[in-house]
Amino acid sequence: MPESTSTPRTTMHERPLSPHLTIYKPQITSVLSISHRITGAFLSAGLLVFVAWLWIAAYCPESYAAFMECTSSWWGKSLLAAWSFAFFYHFLNGIRHLFWDMGKGLDLPAATRSGWITVIGSLFVTACVWYALLG
Amino acid sequence: MSFRTPLARVRGIGSAKDGVHHWWMQRVTSVALIPLSLWMVYTLMRLTTSELSHAQNWLQSPLNALLLIAFLGASIYHAKLGVQVIIEDYVHQPFGKYSLLLTNTLGFVLLFLMAAMAVFKLHML
Repeated sequence: MPESTSTPRTTMHERPLSPHLTIYKPQITSVLSISHRITGAFLSAGLLVFVAWLWIAAYCPESYAAFMECTSSWWGKSLLAAWSFAFFYHFLNGIRHLFWDMGKGLDLPAATRSGWITVIGSLFVTACVWYALLG
Repeated sequence: MSFRTPLARVRGIGSAKDGVHHWWMQRVTSVALIPLSLWMVYTLMRLTTSELSHAQNWLQSPLNALLLIAFLGASIYHAKLGVQVIIEDYVHQPFGKYSLLLTNTLGFVLLFLMAAMAVFKLHML
């Protein structure tokens, strides 16, 4: 029996892995799923900014004007537009998830259809909202 | 032989160590957020296209203050649950994972307290 040796940490990093993300074809199911997570994380950051806005309005009135200037800058408006799209996407895909939780629409053709409705719906609603705000 | 029941043997394994309550609360907050976030979007659209004095008056109404705090509470709880699974899915070193999970919970609790204080202060102007 050879004497036992504990696995050095370097060996764990040298062992080969099968490729996954680099070779798997992106599909409506997987892309929308990770997008739901990404929009959720992005919206969480937006919540921080939203609460910061309320706090500044309530307790730091001397900084309020500076904050509002940031929201009217080109990067501020881009962030707001991005947050609005992320919101409508996460909202529609969230409802899609709730249908799945009830056991409805889990087959691939239905999930593909509802997926496209989510993507096109969120683009359409975001465009409508910004048209209403700016048009 | 183990005298544990199948349920006892299975409890506490997996990346989160516990799960159904989290799953259910995510659905409960989602359902609450369907009407609340639509109301929030509609409100923000109306308020940003009117003057600041109108916004200040708007928040004097108890119903508006209530809905705003309800929206913030539900969305902050929903966000905390969501970020929690992201941490559990991608961080596996125990020190990093548990310190991030703690920061997550405490951070969102602090955020809600700030939100509640700000809304109440603006409401009582």
